[in-house]
Amino acid sequence: MFRIVEKRALADNIYLLRIEAPRVAQSALPGQFVIVRVDEQGERVPLTIADYDKEDGTVTIVIQTIGVSTRKLCALSEGDSIADFAGPLGNPSEFIHLSEEELKSRRYLFVAGGVGTAPVYPQVKWLCEHGCKADVIIGAKTASMLIYTEEMEKVADNLYIATDDGSCGFKGMVTAKIKDLIDNEGKSYDECVAIGPMIMMKFVTLTTKEYSLPTTVSLNALMVDGTGMCGACRVSVDGKTYFTCVDGPEFDGHKVDFDEAMRRQAMYRNQEGVATEKHNHKCNCF
Amino acid sequence: MANKIPRVSVREQEPAVRATNFEEVCYGYNAEEAQLEATRCLNCKNPRCVAACPVNINIPAFIQKVAEGDLSAASAIIAEDSSLPSICGRVCPQETQCEGSCILGIKGEPVAIGKLERFVGDWSLENECKSCVEITPNGKKVAVIGSGPSGLACASDLAKMGYEVTVFEALHKLGGVLVYGIPEFRLPKEKIVAREIDDVRRLGVKFETDVIVGRTITIDSLLNEEGFSAVFIGSGAGLPRFMGIEGENLNGVVSANEFLTRANLMRAYDDEYDTPIYVGKRVVVVGGGNVAMDAVRTAKRLGAEATIIYRRSEAELPARREEVHHAKEEGIEFKMLTNPIRVLGDEKGWVTALSCVEMELGEPDESGRRSPVVKEGSDFTVECDVVIMALGTSPNPLLKSTTKGLETNRRGCIVADEMGVTSREGVFAGGDAVTGAATVILAMGAGRKAAKAIDEYIKSK
Repeated sequence: MFRIVEKRALADNIYLLRIEAPRVAQSALPGQFVIVRVDEQGERVPLTIADYDKEDGTVTIVIQTIGVSTRKLCALSEGDSIADFAGPLGNPSEFIHLSEEELKSRRYLFVAGGVGTAPVYPQVKWLCEHGCKADVIIGAKTASMLIYTEEMEKVADNLYIATDDGSCGFKGMVTAKIKDLIDNEGKSYDECVAIGPMIMMKFVTLTTKEYSLPTTVSLNALMVDGTGMCGACRVSVDGKTYFTCVDGPEFDGHKVDFDEAMRRQAMYRNQEGVATEKHNHKCNCF
Repeated sequence: MANKIPRVSVREQEPAVRATNFEEVCYGYNAEEAQLEATRCLNCKNPRCVAACPVNINIPAFIQKVAEGDLSAASAIIAEDSSLPSICGRVCPQETQCEGSCILGIKGEPVAIGKLERFVGDWSLENECKSCVEITPNGKKVAVIGSGPSGLACASDLAKMGYEVTVFEALHKLGGVLVYGIPEFRLPKEKIVAREIDDVRRLGVKFETDVIVGRTITIDSLLNEEGFSAVFIGSGAGLPRFMGIEGENLNGVVSANEFLTRANLMRAYDDEYDTPIYVGKRVVVVGGGNVAMDAVRTAKRLGAEATIIYRRSEAELPARREEVHHAKEEGIEFKMLTNPIRVLGDEKGWVTALSCVEMELGEPDESGRRSPVVKEGSDFTVECDVVIMALGTSPNPLLKSTTKGLETNRRGCIVADEMGVTSREGVFAGGDAVTGAATVILAMGAGRKAAKAIDEYIKSK
């Protein structure tokens, strides 16, 4: 069992959980994910690591309540335990292999969308600690949905907020902000990293392609085991099939078949709908 | 003198009933049936069954004890060579091993060795205390990676020798392929697997789940930082293969590993559990091994019309004969000499059919089986909404990529000798991680041999 040492509501339906998992914390690197199972009946849910602290042996995850499992997770309180917390899984971000000089000479643009802002944080933090400059765009529908802005402010070189309704920062989509930065503010970048909903990542890669800006995306494919055994997370990259769990989760965004990835992500949506209804029904009983 | 009666038939659930539930198909022998069947054994002077058993269980000796009604003695004889009789009695391919070489099988039916082994194993689980053995701790620690058949066997032998053993399991549940792969209707999880594991635990073996060696920790950290004197790799062969044909990433195409893991490990068929499973109305399973049979029969139990598609003929089906027989009884359709060439889908990307070609058998290939050749112009389609690929598995490359100096062959299997010695000092391996997907009994045997080698290695240091 893995104890929840901290729980915070970050926005509507978005919660932060800091979990006691010393072995995972010890080995975690930016870009990796964990598999979480809330209880005996629970699904194995892949979640990208939002932060880790080797000293106190904790790992932070940020969850948006969308289905039965995420709802069950978010219903827990500080001091409660979850059944399983396995990881770190997947490959760390490519940039951790770069030399100090290379890091110092590069400039990154991170594009974070919604709950995907959380996994961007450890990457920017790591780069900041290694002397690499990174600008960050955080996108959300509206100001109340923004998360991690304070934390990001501390590690990003420049932080830009983009909201669809203009309630905070730039009014418009993150893609419009990318264009704004490059076209109007004269910014230039060596690499873009986009993490967020599939549809956002798809449009970010279409935008960055116009500027020939190499773009890495972190895919949140469906998974069962997360260790290479099931193949549920198959994704086509440059016409070849990869397993997101062991070959990713980060891929060259310009080569990912996003339409297929989005379709595959919806494979169990009908069943999940049924399960959510059942769960809600059960919850109303008491 | 042996009793010249026909093989005692074993009681099973009615096919029509069992095709709708996940209860065990075969009830096994009761004491009278077992004793009667045991009297059929000729007790050959030169027993071919022993030679044909991958771990050389003294089969005639244990059967004589069953005939005498001395089950405790029978159990002790099996225990000399096998630590998992309840499991192997259920899942071993007896027809190509012990029973396949039984003299009685030449003219009639071989002795039901598998069913007798299962009977003795189950009796022992029910009536014997395996942890009653005296253990003198020797203060040395050994790490075992994987809690499947090879890991369990290795861990229990080492524990009996006095080692402090910790088993690291990547998944949340112990048992490896015994829990994620083999379905409940063939191998009951609580009644059999969990109890075999409890026996190992009672020997003092520690288990840590949710630890992915290669990610959470590494072999080097176990040896250098955590004080383990040796490591045994029993991580199995878990990576599913796909065909590489067009349409394989359509919604509705899954690996047998995924389908079975959802059903077995995650209990997706049980409403109380949250994991979904997509079954559809018409399921086609591609492959002819035990995993294919497990997948197709699981699909049937979940309410689908289910078909096996296999590129060779029925004689070459690598599955246990009993599974093929049971599958047919349950109404599974078998399309032999058929090979898929493309998966067809609708405009939304969901599977609608499998495009196939007919095959015929040509010359024998390196496996000795006649290799299938495409019949020109024989294309046809099979309508279906789910395609399950059961084409075999290979070992996970994670341990190789995170362990310096650990040699693997071109199929990704860890290179190890007969005793499980690998290219890395202090690191031993056995089971599917070394051989590629094989059987429970071979994996168990390899785990036990490695336990001996580990003991010798640590003592020689």
